[in-house]
Amino acid sequence: MGNEYIVQMEDITVKFPGVLALDKVRFNAKAGEVHVLLGENGAGKSTIMKVLAGVNTDYEGRIIYKGEEMVVQSVEEQKKRGVSIIFQEMNLLKNLTVAENIFLGRQPMTKIGMIDWKKMNFDAHELLNSVRSEISEKALVSSLSVGQMQMVEIAKALSFKSSIIIMDEPTSALTEKEVQALFDIIEQLKKDNVAIVYISHRLEEIMKIGNRLTVFRDGKYINTVNVADITMDQMVSMMVGREMTDYYPKVSVNPGEKLLEVKQIKQGERLQNLSFYARGGEITGFYGLMGAGRTELMRAVFGADSYDSGEIYIKGKKETIKSCEQAKRLGLALLTEDRKNQGLILNFDLNCNISLANLNTAMTAFGVDAAKENRNNQRLAESMNVKTPSLKQKVKNLSGGNQQKVVICKWLNADADIIIFDEPTRGIDVGAKAEIYKIMNQLKEQGKAVIVVSSELTECMGVSDRIYVMHEGKMTGLIEGEDMKSITEEMIVSFATGVNKSKGVAVCENS
Amino acid sequence: MKIHKKINFSNMTSLIALLVLCVVISIAEPAFRTWGNMINILQQVTVIAVIALGVNIVIFTGGIDISVGSVVGFTGIVTGKLIVENGISPFIGVAAALIVGVLCGTFNGIMIAKFKLQPMIATLAMMSMARGAALTLADGQTISGYSDSFRWIGVGEIGGTKIPVQIIFMLFLYILMFFLMRYRKFGRYIYSIGGNEEATRLSGINVDKYKIMAYAISGLGASVASVILVAKLNSAQSTAGLDYEMDAIASCVIGGTSLIGGYGSVWGTFVGAIIMIVIRNGLNLLNVSSNLQKLVIGVVILLAVLADSIRHKAGKNK
Repeated sequence: MGNEYIVQMEDITVKFPGVLALDKVRFNAKAGEVHVLLGENGAGKSTIMKVLAGVNTDYEGRIIYKGEEMVVQSVEEQKKRGVSIIFQEMNLLKNLTVAENIFLGRQPMTKIGMIDWKKMNFDAHELLNSVRSEISEKALVSSLSVGQMQMVEIAKALSFKSSIIIMDEPTSALTEKEVQALFDIIEQLKKDNVAIVYISHRLEEIMKIGNRLTVFRDGKYINTVNVADITMDQMVSMMVGREMTDYYPKVSVNPGEKLLEVKQIKQGERLQNLSFYARGGEITGFYGLMGAGRTELMRAVFGADSYDSGEIYIKGKKETIKSCEQAKRLGLALLTEDRKNQGLILNFDLNCNISLANLNTAMTAFGVDAAKENRNNQRLAESMNVKTPSLKQKVKNLSGGNQQKVVICKWLNADADIIIFDEPTRGIDVGAKAEIYKIMNQLKEQGKAVIVVSSELTECMGVSDRIYVMHEGKMTGLIEGEDMKSITEEMIVSFATGVNKSKGVAVCENS
Repeated sequence: MKIHKKINFSNMTSLIALLVLCVVISIAEPAFRTWGNMINILQQVTVIAVIALGVNIVIFTGGIDISVGSVVGFTGIVTGKLIVENGISPFIGVAAALIVGVLCGTFNGIMIAKFKLQPMIATLAMMSMARGAALTLADGQTISGYSDSFRWIGVGEIGGTKIPVQIIFMLFLYILMFFLMRYRKFGRYIYSIGGNEEATRLSGINVDKYKIMAYAISGLGASVASVILVAKLNSAQSTAGLDYEMDAIASCVIGGTSLIGGYGSVWGTFVGAIIMIVIRNGLNLLNVSSNLQKLVIGVVILLAVLADSIRHKAGKNK
């Protein structure tokens, strides 16, 4: 590993209206290292990387790149200089093929000025091979899973022959196999003297692949250390500025009635006769790999998608749920996986978003009362500890963790009895995660049925009282009661990968 | 509330534009300043302003309705057929016209919300169907000879004053819509649908219902405007309302309503409609030919859309 810095960023300041997003922070990266950038949401990790990648050109400070001072002006220019960024949100065009996306705007040409499809597809195929992906280069991006799209993004970044590749939460949507493939690629890139800037909240991953670590907190630079020299607990305390004690605080509540019971629900091949129930005063977890059908199941129960057959009982009464409106009336709430596109109106303020599911709390006999609305929402936002200058702030200006809290406020306001959290902590920092777990426990204590869909096994095991495991549209495991104490991660994974089915199926059919 | 703040802001820009425009025209042509001309402008604005009021709601949801001009023609003929040719009471004739307008709009709404047609295409079809129905019903004839009681809505004046009934009526509709958009759930849902339709649906709101209602209101607005127009002219023509959809959409855009949806205001559109008419009125007073007027209006629409896009860019960078 060379000691040459590829890039040194000094005294970088970025201002957003009302917020100092970055306050004279520094960051550097060496060739052939994985430099992890760690911090809570809103700490400014993505902000500084957007400066480096040319996405946000409104900054103050000095950037020295390969020994020369550079002024960042555009994404295009940065790509040519060798700085690539893979965003947390996918930036692929869904109606084009994988190859077209990889070579967008720089398609190889034949001598007569036509697109050289043969070469483009061949090169794309090679790139996909190099990331060990089995995706066809001719497949439409719209037909890919989120994880596969991520691999396409990585292949695209590789195609630029970059000196620095910034990965913003690259593994948040990947399956374990894909994560392993990504780590292998990262090792390869290190050998090729590429600097990797790696933003992640998954501490285990950081321990595994990180060389150095820089921590930001609230837009300020905290420290840079060698990953080998510190423990995970130290990382967390550097990040949040305090010791984190009990990560998954369990409260014990006697479970109540079955508030939601689903029997033999079927939706094409995606959901194959699934049954489950959720009781009040209990957190019911759903674990599975990408594509196991957990999101589809929850969407069907909430009336967001239709299903072919099956029965849904709410508080013991059989209901045919045909729309989200009806589901909400029956006391259901769904906090979707994709909060930006499905959970929030990003261009609207917090008030509008929080009141949306239940405007009654903002109404007087006369009509919508802005003052009453603000008072009510203020109380909710404070109870969730939402960090915002005011409720009149647009939601898009908040960090991911705070956006998630706004979605929770919305459903708390609707006063639902059965609350489904689909990947509630994806892309959210440790501090906000702990607050979300706390809220789940409070809801449980209030006797509500909480359902958590999670791809993070430690989280799923940490918060749930009972766990259903799914694999390719089928229920493959149910862990409850005494089993919760003896179950190992390996066993749950074996259910989720379809290796071990016997136990789960037997239990589910009885339920 | 952020959206109200924004509404005030966009109101202000178009209002300032209107004031500047009035001052400039007043200097160029003193006749513009007279009380009579002011009333004249408001009288000219009613039909477009009432159509724009309905179209505005559709645009808030992120949709568009280009069928309103044809619906004006169609419902006008309906009044003529019933009231003039069949001697039915004006009250019932007007009610029938309004119902036809609502049905046209509801049809659009169902096509768009339930059958997922593009709003532009669905209302393009309605534009042709309603015009065709008007032409067929009227069979090329102009229907005239309405009773004074019917014409009151178009030409009457409030007792003892010189204030035309149609202006009061228009203001009443605007106040009603303002109330609906600001203080009722309806308004909040309409904006929310324009802001993010999927998030609104997943918040347990019956998006289809509100979208259909928006188009129904648009159809209703067109039929109300048609009644005023017929009463003013004392005649119903199958070609009435031609190109009115463009004037109505332009009023919304000039008034600061974003065609993306989720952003705009009722009063902004009112100001937008007045700006359109003031420009026409001013150019008339200055003896500018109607051909050239079209060109000028086009430039104004372009400027309004540019202003909107710049404002959105500024919002994004923040």
